Amino acid sequence: MGIYIGRRLLQMIPVFIGATLLIYAMVFLLPGDPIAALFGDKPVSPGVAAQLRAQYHLDQPFLVQYLLFLKGVFTLDLGNTFSGQPVIDVMARAFPVTIRLTVVAIIVEAVLGIVVGLLAGLRRGGWFDSLSLFVSLLVIAVPIFVIGFVARYVFAEKLRWIKASVGPDPTWSQLLIPGIVLGSVSFAYVLRLTRNSVAENLTADHVRTATAKGLKPGRVLTVHVLRNSLIPVVTFLGTDVGGLMAGAVVTEGIFNIPGVGGTLYQAIIRTEGATVVAFVTVLVIIYLVVNLLVDLLYAVLDPRIRYV
Amino acid sequence: MSDTSVRPGQEHFVAPLEETPLRAVDAVDDSAPPSSQWGEAWRQLRRRPLFWVSVVLILLVVVVAAVPSLFTSTNPRFQTLADSLGDPRDGHPFGFTRLGEDVYARTIYGARASVVVGLLSTVLVTVVGGVVGAIAGYYGGIWDALLSRISDIFFAVPLVLGAIVLITSLQSRSTLTVSLVLSLFAWPQTARIMRGSVLQTRSAEFVTAARALGLSRLQVLVRHVVPNALGPVIVIATISLGTFIAAEATLSYLGVGLPSSIVSWGGDISAAQTSLRSAPQVLFWPAAALSVTVLSFIMLGDVVRDALDPKARTR
Repeated sequence: MGIYIGRRLLQMIPVFIGATLLIYAMVFLLPGDPIAALFGDKPVSPGVAAQLRAQYHLDQPFLVQYLLFLKGVFTLDLGNTFSGQPVIDVMARAFPVTIRLTVVAIIVEAVLGIVVGLLAGLRRGGWFDSLSLFVSLLVIAVPIFVIGFVARYVFAEKLRWIKASVGPDPTWSQLLIPGIVLGSVSFAYVLRLTRNSVAENLTADHVRTATAKGLKPGRVLTVHVLRNSLIPVVTFLGTDVGGLMAGAVVTEGIFNIPGVGGTLYQAIIRTEGATVVAFVTVLVIIYLVVNLLVDLLYAVLDPRIRYV
Repeated sequence: MSDTSVRPGQEHFVAPLEETPLRAVDAVDDSAPPSSQWGEAWRQLRRRPLFWVSVVLILLVVVVAAVPSLFTSTNPRFQTLADSLGDPRDGHPFGFTRLGEDVYARTIYGARASVVVGLLSTVLVTVVGGVVGAIAGYYGGIWDALLSRISDIFFAVPLVLGAIVLITSLQSRSTLTVSLVLSLFAWPQTARIMRGSVLQTRSAEFVTAARALGLSRLQVLVRHVVPNALGPVIVIATISLGTFIAAEATLSYLGVGLPSSIVSWGGDISAAQTSLRSAPQVLFWPAAALSVTVLSFIMLGDVVRDALDPKARTR
């Protein structure tokens, strides 16, 4: 187990370096002068521009800039935004909000998706199965920003259950509707994965054996069918964490939640390279760590998988 | 087997013995083509109504995208401010946008951007991901390690996020650049699926037979492994065509996708946000067109997967 985790951590290093280098190149190698953009239409005095360039290491060669950035990642010194705030402070405000939103989304999609998927998979071809498949197709097909508008319109403007604009430091209950919107598409995928996986496992040999041994149907269902069916679902949920935090760009915009998505989007539009690179780096780290955890969870769910 | 009772569903297989001459039983029909994976899938598909529904919808969208002038003679860019957010009336069945443009004409003309971005990205992703996945899965070893790590790198960057960052850095925005950017972050998924599929096919007996007959490794890969490993890739290509259309709309919605000079559903939905309360139809029609298009591709992918997967064929 320890050796396995060690090997996986070693494999993460090239992926981490590659992904950060990719983002770094996209932000800093491409045309466009961030200093000129910072001043907008106003003329820039060469002295001030040079000073700013030196401060943000923009006068160094690309690889040196990248290495300085990597050094900053490990010393938690991620530079300043153009308005002078340390990037790390901006992150400390934005990440807790988005993490809460993501937790709401994950819980909603996992619980609802697995329950509905299980019921649909048990009676494949029945009316409940057909209905849930149709609903899941609809949820996947309707773009998330349309779901978001409609949810905001209905729950905030018609029913007045929530505020249309969530604002800073939101509570869990304020994040419930946005979380459902954020998790809606993934809910459809979880539902379909669970349904297919349950339907397939119902006819598996180990399930027939368990029934033949005389185990109660409830135990067969939970321990032998559901547990094995959850493996692809857990994989999906794992890869989805990163996608949800990034997908929050749209949801946070609609409900005006000051989280990672909103901050990152603003930073991209203003070409604030340091902020963009720092945020995306953290998202990549989260993605890699969650995927490692998912692989370790396999061993818990499937007794055939053992890591040595 | 003296029990002659016929089980439900098998009635048509059983013919009375006296009506079945032995010679007819032994005869082999040489004219019938050999049953292949695709032939069997096609027989399955033909019987599914969902298949025909999605095919008809997709054909309709493609025709609309190719020749929009068949469906409307109104110019989608023509603005009459007197009609701003106007209700539907004769000749303008869906009403008007805030700028006084005809919603019906814009919905019709918006199809092209979506279809072009969807098709272009899917072709790019399938070719690049397919080739990378086939090489990684077939040759294994150092190739697999190298190509898998590279696809991990692109996989670790979320699609829409990576696309936003790259597209704001690029100066030109067109259907081509949007497709290229989406493909850049989407090919690893296809590569993974192709790799897994090739790994399974590689150990099949006909592959060993082809090698034993003296074909080179490359010939075996191209002629025998790839055609038999393509099934899952076709399925994911059909489904991702829908998701690319949705991703393009998301980018246009965020204002970093197609420029406003190109009529697109995403851009129109974004513009309609401000008038959701007073004129919901302005949001409804492009959103409905977008949803139906995405839905038909996902449905098609679904039924093709069912047809290709023998395990799902229990119904």
